[in-house]
Amino acid sequence: MNKRLLMSVLLAAMLAACSSKAVKETPQASVEDKSPATSQTTSSNDSSTSGVSDSSLASNPLKDPNNILSKRNVYFDYDSDAVKSEYRPLIEAHAKYLASHSDAKVFLQGNTDDRGTREYNLSLGQRRAVSVKKVLNVLGVQDAQIETVSFGKEKANSTCADDSCFKQDRRVDILYQGE
Amino acid sequence: MNKIRLFLSLLVFFLPLTGKAALTIEIVGGAAQQIPIAIVPFAQQGQIAGQQDTIANIIGADLRRSGLFRVLETRGVANQPHELSEVNYADWSAIQTQALTIGNIETLPGNRLKVSFRLLDVYKQNQLAGMEYNITPAQLRMTAHRIADVIYQKLTGEQGVFATRISYVTKVNGRYSLQVADADGYNPQTVVSSVEPIISPVWSPDGTRLAYVSFEKKKPIVYVQSLVSGQRTVLANFKGNNSAPSWSPDGKRLAIVLTYAANSQIYSINADGTGLQQLTHTSAIDTEPVWSPDGRYIYFTSDRGGNPQIYRMSTSGNDASRVTFEGSYVVSPRISPDGKSLAYIRRDDGKFRVALQDVASGQVQILSDSARDESPSFAPNGRMIIYATRINGKGALAAVSADGKVKQRLSETGGDVREPAWGPVVSQ
Repeated sequence: MNKRLLMSVLLAAMLAACSSKAVKETPQASVEDKSPATSQTTSSNDSSTSGVSDSSLASNPLKDPNNILSKRNVYFDYDSDAVKSEYRPLIEAHAKYLASHSDAKVFLQGNTDDRGTREYNLSLGQRRAVSVKKVLNVLGVQDAQIETVSFGKEKANSTCADDSCFKQDRRVDILYQGE
Repeated sequence: MNKIRLFLSLLVFFLPLTGKAALTIEIVGGAAQQIPIAIVPFAQQGQIAGQQDTIANIIGADLRRSGLFRVLETRGVANQPHELSEVNYADWSAIQTQALTIGNIETLPGNRLKVSFRLLDVYKQNQLAGMEYNITPAQLRMTAHRIADVIYQKLTGEQGVFATRISYVTKVNGRYSLQVADADGYNPQTVVSSVEPIISPVWSPDGTRLAYVSFEKKKPIVYVQSLVSGQRTVLANFKGNNSAPSWSPDGKRLAIVLTYAANSQIYSINADGTGLQQLTHTSAIDTEPVWSPDGRYIYFTSDRGGNPQIYRMSTSGNDASRVTFEGSYVVSPRISPDGKSLAYIRRDDGKFRVALQDVASGQVQILSDSARDESPSFAPNGRMIIYATRINGKGALAAVSADGKVKQRLSETGGDVREPAWGPVVSQ
């Protein structure tokens, strides 16, 4: 318990430091060719072929609805990329899981609500994904286990009229590789 | 990274939909001074296979849509000339037309057509233009657009853009399709389609290729696809996001946006996926690069000053300077073909609208009166700007003239349409 509290304080301090500071990240030899995985595709509509069999579903903590690891959404305020404190336990749980499963990899998928333009929202969604990534980094997760991507507003509900609807789209989804 | 080139020809299909326009264009405003023109139906022997509309109707619709012409009814004129020798100028000055177009279509052996037309000045009683086209029946619509271009150029002094194409993305029943159609919305063809989003299509300067962003691999990846062969290559598939492609004026390089594990930054890359070079080095968002027509600058969106504004830098990424100063949300820069005007989307009071800024003076004019505008794209003559908007809650396209006077709405019958890009003028 104490340890967790300490972690949270530490985390909060680091976040505060991060939030305003210019974080310059140079791509570390990551100019990688990821095309082989995609080269065999013969049709653009077969996007449902994620070849992971969930034989161990019952014992998989990532899928267990009673386990915090099954919670995958981090929500944000309007025009904000600050990770709210209420999501720290969730992110800490995923950080622990990643630490103990060095072969696991997460995709942090950033999203925005429907207002604004597509490319700029893509960048804003990315910024949110990077915010969650920084929390994971602070908790010891290495970049090799994380890929930040953004859907911008492409998955957003285009019929929203008020913020109770818009806020559902301002989020980062945590997806494990193979899911 | 040199092996990025991928040929996925199976992914690609060209589906000519039936000849009807999927996009319907409605004119909602015109210039105060319109040039009156009479277009006599062209003489032709019988119905031409596949013909759905007369050449005179196609020319007339083009000219009318530009907002600069008043196309007069000609049926009341008893003598309908098709050759110069048959023209009685008094008939045409009587209906107060300034210009007269006559022509005919001759059937040649080998399933070919000879289309000839003349543009006549009714006041001066002389010929302004005369052309002959030897074509296949399938080229009839495009030939009508070329004739409209000649008429437009002769009477306005500006280049016509009726014989060009536009691309856009439709979303119908959850399926996204990148389509290419004639500038009047006819002959839509599907370039690629996916259940995941497709955004940011841009035409190569020679009009033979489209670069675009597809999410079909659950993340944004930039592709380049030939419109001639249908062959497609992966331009950029690096860790993180790959987006916002823009061609250099010579078509050899593209500016793109990559993130790796941080915020959006601008890079340039050869059209074959080699020679990646990082252009911006900030912790802010730098995105939506566009090359200036002279190839010297890249305009882009950045929030380095606290909110998104337009900046300009050299093509090597140096000497960035801020270009826009009004508004707290200014994005999606597009530079006019002559390099003198900058179109972009600006948010004022929660409304996202198309604005046009004079580069030299900095003067800004808001061109649209809607609230959810996006993705402006200049016609190759710079006179019109096509953009995405929302009409009755549905994604639609609209176009506005650079002086704000002529407005058009383009709607898709089936579903949503967005992400328009106007293709270049290509020599035949």
